This record gives sequence, C-alpha cells and structure tokens, in this order.
Amino acid sequence: MAKLPKPEELAKVDYTPPKTSWMDTPVVIKEGMFCHGAKTKSLQTLGFPNARDWRPMDADWKLPENWKEILLNGIADRLKKYRSFQLFMDICVRCGACADKCHFFIGTGDPKNMPVLRAELIRSVYRKEFTLAGKIFGKMAGARELTLDVLKEWWYYFFQCTECRRCSVFCPYGIDQAEITIIGRELLNELGLNIDWIAGPASACYMKGNHLGLEPHTIVGNLEYMLDDIETITGKRIKPTFNRKGAEILFVTPSGDLFADPGTYTAMGYLMLFEELGLDYTWSTYASEGGNFGFFTTNELAKRLNSKIYNEAKRLGVKWILGGECGHMWRVLSQYMDTWNGPADFLEVPKSPITGTVFDHAKSMKMIHVAEFTADLIKNNKLKLDPKRNDHLTVTWHDSCNTARGMGLLEEPRYVLKSVVNNFHEMPEDTIREKTFCCGSGSGLNASEDMDLRMKGGFPRANAVKFVHEHHGVNMLANVCAIDRASLKPLMDYWVPGVGVCGLHELVANALVMTGEKERTTDLRGEPLPSAQAKEEKA
Amino acid sequence: MRALISLVAVLLLVAVAYGMAEANMRFLLGVVIPYAAVAVFIFGMIARVLKWGSSPVPFRIPTTCGQQKSLPWIKQSKLESPSGTMGVLGRMALEVFFFRSLFRNLKMQRYEGNQLAYGEAKWLWLAGLAFHWTFLVILLRHLRFFTLAVPVPVQMLEGLDSFLQIGAPILYITDVIFLAAVTGLFIRRVMLPQVRYISLMADYFPLFLILGIGVTGVMMRYLTKTDILSVKILTMSLVRFSPDASVLGQIGVLFYIHLFLISVLFLYFPFSKLVHMAGVFMSPTRNLAANNRWKRHINPWNYPVHVHTYEEYENDFRAKMKEAGLPVEKE
Amino acid sequence: MKLYDGGKIFIGLIIFVAFAAFPFYFNVGKVNAKPEPKTDTPAIQEWEKQNGKKQCVESKEFMRTEHMQLLNNWRDSVVRDGNRGYMSDAHTKRFNMSLQNECMRCHSNKKKFCDECHNYMAVKPYCFDCHIAPKEEEKS
Repeated sequence: MAKLPKPEELAKVDYTPPKTSWMDTPVVIKEGMFCHGAKTKSLQTLGFPNARDWRPMDADWKLPENWKEILLNGIADRLKKYRSFQLFMDICVRCGACADKCHFFIGTGDPKNMPVLRAELIRSVYRKEFTLAGKIFGKMAGARELTLDVLKEWWYYFFQCTECRRCSVFCPYGIDQAEITIIGRELLNELGLNIDWIAGPASACYMKGNHLGLEPHTIVGNLEYMLDDIETITGKRIKPTFNRKGAEILFVTPSGDLFADPGTYTAMGYLMLFEELGLDYTWSTYASEGGNFGFFTTNELAKRLNSKIYNEAKRLGVKWILGGECGHMWRVLSQYMDTWNGPADFLEVPKSPITGTVFDHAKSMKMIHVAEFTADLIKNNKLKLDPKRNDHLTVTWHDSCNTARGMGLLEEPRYVLKSVVNNFHEMPEDTIREKTFCCGSGSGLNASEDMDLRMKGGFPRANAVKFVHEHHGVNMLANVCAIDRASLKPLMDYWVPGVGVCGLHELVANALVMTGEKERTTDLRGEPLPSAQAKEEKA
Repeated sequence: MRALISLVAVLLLVAVAYGMAEANMRFLLGVVIPYAAVAVFIFGMIARVLKWGSSPVPFRIPTTCGQQKSLPWIKQSKLESPSGTMGVLGRMALEVFFFRSLFRNLKMQRYEGNQLAYGEAKWLWLAGLAFHWTFLVILLRHLRFFTLAVPVPVQMLEGLDSFLQIGAPILYITDVIFLAAVTGLFIRRVMLPQVRYISLMADYFPLFLILGIGVTGVMMRYLTKTDILSVKILTMSLVRFSPDASVLGQIGVLFYIHLFLISVLFLYFPFSKLVHMAGVFMSPTRNLAANNRWKRHINPWNYPVHVHTYEEYENDFRAKMKEAGLPVEKE
Repeated sequence: MKLYDGGKIFIGLIIFVAFAAFPFYFNVGKVNAKPEPKTDTPAIQEWEKQNGKKQCVESKEFMRTEHMQLLNNWRDSVVRDGNRGYMSDAHTKRFNMSLQNECMRCHSNKKKFCDECHNYMAVKPYCFDCHIAPKEEEKS
C-alpha cells in the first residue's frame, strides 16, 4: 500500500483538465485510489458469477470470454427495468451544474469524477449500442465502443462514487448519479468485478446476520463489555434481551456500533436510554445488521439481506421496529424495504409506549428512526436531561447523505442534539442539510487500502468542520451514521486534528439522568466530566 | 474543435438551404421538408415518451431536499420534500417554470490555506431561464403566422414584448434577450474549462442551430426584410393542408434558410438531448412524493429471492447460541 | 408494449399534442380570406389616368416590405430635423414627408388599404395613436 501523503500535499489539487479529450484519455488505476478485488469465497457465498481471486492492478482481470455480451445484455435489461436509468441516459444536457458539487471532484480534480462525466462513461456506450444517432455518427454523437479499457474505467470510477446524491440536488432534471452508479456496479457484478470491502461484509451479513461477521455469542459478548462500562460509569447493571419472542419492539442497528469506538459509545447510549424508559424491546442476532452492503452490489442482494428484518420481526412477534443511527441503512429502509419485502401487515403502526405518540408517517413500513423516537420523548418531557454534562464538548452536526437526501431527516436529530448539548454550531450552510458533504467513504469504500481516495473525498466535509473548529472551537462532530462514525474519525485526525466523532445517542446518554444512578464523574468515553473536574480543582 | 465542427455543420445547412432556394427547389424547402419535420417532431417525441413510459419506476426514489414529514410539531418542507400530490405539483412547477434546482447552483472556490468556499453562481440559472422563456415567447408570437383572427393572448404577448416601441418594425425585447442568452450559454460552454471538457458536438450543434434560427429571424425583421404577407399566405395554406405554391417565388431566400434551420431543429429534436423538454416531467427523483413510509410503492417486477432463513442461521449456530444463553427454536 | 403510469403519461402527451398541433386545428372551419388591399381611390385613379400607371413614392416591392421603415425615417426627419422634403428613387419628384397629407392623400381608404394587411398579419402600428385617420364611409 502506498504511503498516504501529508495533508498539505494531498490538498494540492489541479483542476485543469487534460489536453486530450476524456474519451482519448485512458484510465490509469492508481494505488490508494481503489479497493482490493472481491475474493472468490465472498462471491461464492453470495452465488455471484465469475468468482475468482483477482487484482485490479493486473492486466488480466480474468473475465469470462463473452464479457461484452453480458454487459450489453445487462444494460438492455436495466433500461427496461428502470425508467430512471433509461431517462438519465437520454436527457442530460451537460450543463455542468453538477461538476463541482461532487466531493470526489473537489478533492481530486479528476474530470472523470464530475458526476456528468462519470455518467458519460456509461452513456457513451449506451449511445453506441442503443441509439440511432450513436450508431450512425459514432464519436461525433458522443458514442464509443465498449472496450476493456472502458470497462476498467467504469470499475475505477463507479467505485469512486459514494452514491451520496449531492449532484442530484443541483441537477435541473434531478439526474441522480447514485442511480447510475448503483446500476453500473450491478453490471460490474455480473462479471465478478466487485471489491472485497463490499463483497466480504455482504457475504458475512448473508451468513451471519451482520457485516462484521459477529456470531451470536460474540454479539452478546460485545454488549457485555459495554454493560460493564455502563455499570462503571452509572453504577447500574443493564440486562438487555436477545431474540426474545413477544417483545413489543425489535431494535435493529448497524453492527459497526457493536464493534469499535466511537460506534460502541452510541450503542451504549441506546442501552442506557432504553433501560431508563423501561422499553419492552429485544435485540436480534439474526437481524443484527441495519446497514446493507448488498445495496452496493445488486438490487437482488440488497433485497436478500434486507429481508431478515421483517422476517425476524414476524418470527419474534413484535409490534413494530425501531432502527438505530445509520445513513445508507435509512435510505434502503425508507425508499426500498417496504417495496421489496413488504407489506409488513403482521406489524402494527409504531406507537411510542412512553408518550403514546403514533408515528403515522411510518404506518406502512412500521419502522421508525431512533432520532424520531427520542425527539418525541424530549418534546413530551419524558427524559431528565443534564446538558451540562456535555459542556466539555462544542458540537457541530454532520447530516449524513442518505438520511438527508434519501429521507429528509434533518430537524429531528438537531432537536435532540440541541436538547442535550449547550454548545452547538452549524457548519456553513452550503455544506449541511440537503447540501451536506459525504464523509468520502460511503457506499462501501471505507477500506484501508484506499486512504488517498477517502481523504480526498472527505476533504470538503473536513474543510467545513475545520471552519467551525477554528471559528467556534468545535471539538466534536456528531452524526447519525455508522460509516460516518468509523470513517470521519481518521478523516478528522488527518485534516482537522482535535475534533472527535460521535453518534447522537452517545450525547443523549451523557446527558441522560437515570433513576438511581450514582453521581457520574466521566462521560461514556471515560473522560472526566466538566463538573467533576471543577470539583477536583476546588479540592 | 468540437465547437468549430458544429459551427461548420450549421453553416453547411445554411448553404444547403441557400442553394436549394436558388435552385428553385422551394416547394421542397417551403412545403415538403417542414411537413416532414413537424411530423417527425410530434411522433418522435410521442415515441420517445412512450419508450420511457414502457420502463417502470420500480422504486420511489425522490431526492429529498428538505425536512421530511414526520412528527406533527416539526415543520415539513412541503415543496422540497413533498409528501402529497399538491406538494409534488408545486415542486414540479417550480422546477419546470423556474428551474428551482439550477437556482441552487454554487461555485466552489479555493482560498489560501486550502479553505473551500461556495459562492453564488446564478448566471447559468439566469441565462438558462432567459433562454427558455424567451424561446417560448418567440414561439408563441409566431402563432400570428399560423392563425387567422390571431388569438387575443398572442396579440397581448406581442404588445408586451414590444412595449418599448423602439424602431420600426418595433423591437421585440425577447429577440435581444434570446440572442444574448444563447450567446452567453455558448461563451460559458467554451470559457469554463470543465464545461468545455464535457461538451460534445451534440451540445454545440443545437446551440449554433438555434442561434442561426434567431439570427436569420432577426435579420428578416430588422434588416433584410421579407414579404411577410406572402409568408403568412404560405403558412396559412400549410396549416390547412392545401399548400399554396403561388407565393413561394415572392419570398426572400433568407426566409427559406430560417425555415430550413427550424425544420432541422424539429427533425433533430426527438433524437437528441433536447428531449429533456419531456424528460424533465418524468424524472423519478423529482416527480414522486416522499411518502414511502406510509404508502407502499409497488415494483411490478419484484420477484422472490433466495434468503438465508432464520432456520438455516440457527442450524449454523445452535450450539454457540445455547452456550451464550440465547433462546433457540429447536433444542 | 406495456405502459407504466399510463394515465399520467397520456395526459401529458395530450397536452403536448394540443400545443404542437394548435395551428392545424385552430383554423379549421374559419374563412381563409387572403388580404386584398385596394388601390382604387379617386386620387389614385386620377394619378393613373395622368401617368398611365399606378406608382407610389417607391416601387411596390420596396413599399411592401419597407414602408414601416420609410415612415419611421420620415417621422424622424420631420420631427427632429424639420426637413419635409423627400426625393424618391422611383420618381424624380420631391414628396412632402407627411403621413396625413401625402400618403393618405392617395390612400384615403385606410380600412381597405392599411388595415387589410395589418389585420391579416395582426400588426398594430401606432401611426394613428397620434395621427388622424381619414374619414371613411362605412359600406356594409
């Protein structure tokens, strides 16, 4: 693996396009900008074609002989299945409004990272094979032959897009590069061209229920560690249940929160909140993944992985489902789950047992986001909160791409956040809400071998954090996304040292005054609380 | 280079029209080709839309650009994240009539110390809006050549468009804005390095074609005037499907060039990026309500998939589950 | 071919065709009267008797397409420079630049001459916003 350059080096970006036209500029696959190829075993587990070990830097990608035919048939098939794809192939006018909206373009200056050009990579082949003008006029009409180089270019650039949809906000026709990348990756999967950082977790999720491949006893064990920590901090021993039939609520969250900090602090937050409420809920080891890396491979696999949530809810006989903090999880849940695996008519409309609020807006999918749940609790004064416990933190809010642009969850987490912290500052307005910037590692690109790419792609996000860090002393970046929690941390360490990363419910639990708890001296991370510090100084 | 070839292509079209007009092929230029162009345009666009319509929308994927509808005390952004028909209609109207999304446009700038900033960038929006609206007004004004007892709205439009009363024939404001906007869009395309880099011949050609139509039209009105009485006699005979060839000889060559370029535009339209005219209405990220969570969307090709069932999972892990104290279905 | 959202697409297409084909159906059943401007006023007939032909200040072809420009120039010349003399190409005669006293002296039939084409073309010149149109008898 190439060594990651220094931030000053990486920040030097040349936006001058090459002298040669993009069609005549062959792709150069660079170290640090891509992830390892999917392994044989992962693809076999999932029943994906052309399972073999391969390396992107090798000249020979070990493709089936009729790869071209497979791809062209694949395109024809998707054109018939997705109006979005057919339409987005036809109507782009190349106005360029999307160009400098992409975090990867801003961070790399590579013109093929402009959403419009990323789409043209596939559009040019579409013109050649599927349109009259392209067949007659060829290159003059922007058409080109599908060659091995073109295929490699697709692979390289469709795995340099995090499906964040920021471009689609600015497009006058709503052309969504995420949609094109999703279909592009689906086509590549037909040739076994995936990356192992996606195929690995997806196959683990298929067999073991979660991306990290945590087996049932490990999940229980990991939670035990957290419960120990909670006991140390609060003096309270919590006893959550797993796979319990007859619970009112099934709780599903991304497995990342069960594995490594700072996600684990968020999971501790859930445990403490639910304990304090006396919520009748259960964890599941079978449906132990909220996220869906299948979504970054094919529509079919995404559906296969997603099916576990409703199936488990049915098996356990719960009334409704509560979902944890995650980004792409909620895009998949809110825009796909009910269509794929619904109708969930064996469930009831979610109703908060604490406040009695009926979440009518989720009456078909039967699942609500924990930020919605907690916002309702706070609005109804059901939580005793002491925001002073977060006074050592000056917090800013990162809207995750998928909850912002694929759901519209903007105010709920802010309401919760403002109720549990005293020091809050928004980042510049063009970098938040529907215009939020991706962490640079979404859609399964948060591996360790593509750090260059991740740091470049995360540069615009980090830059906005740096602004509030320097102007308002922000030292904590809060969010509702497991990939964010895992990937923003190295991003901050690289670009804005001194800023930590946390989930929303870590801050909630910090501020939550639990009945019968001992006087807290540290936050969930074991850092001394400001009040405790003051006392110590006095003494 | 791509711009140059496109310009040459349009100039060639002008030369072809000139040659044909001079070579007494005016019936072809003034009657046959326009009929063919209109037919191709109308049926071509219908075919294109039906083609789009024949692909389903398997998932409801609106791009939410504002607060969702959730708890009653949280204010929903009804136009940016519409949850019902009215909201969608409003969002689409803003998009179609005022280019809402383009209005958001920003320009990324880098300052010293690698500070990024996003400046206002409304020129593309302004030029785009000016171009499309004036094009529409000009098109509607042309109805005076295609109707007898010209409808009052068309006459009013013309009155508004010429209210400055400059010169004779009175200057139309839209003519000026239109030419300025097309020129502006062209300059933008060649000046901005990124936009120039992505531009295809298919981007320059329609710009030059439309510019050619505008220039010949303006020339006919303000400079080398044509006998518009004969023009209207011709156009009225065309819309009545009884072409009057007797006036063809009295009309100037410039008119034939104008008409030929328009015919080419109509012929080209359904096979080019210009189909965005219809496509903008059908974009699933804009024309769908963000109501997935309370109204199930049906995918017509949804099919059963192979899943890893709980039973299989328990079979894999039963011993470990029991050891960890987890309940199991089968002992 | 199966159509999805067929109802909405159909409505859209109907609106499109309604716009695109407007000229073709709008004129159905309406009279297609070509304009026939009359140049048979007594003054013109008198001129024709004396000179053996009809002749305006410039050629008929020129007047057809350029009369608005000519009148505009006349106005500017008279109002701004106080110059009322016009030497035409077609005649070797000097004309008085005056809409009311020169043009309308011959073309006293505004309704049958000016309006005939202007109405056909839906053009509304603002000449007679200020000038007084000649009195004509209504014959109908």
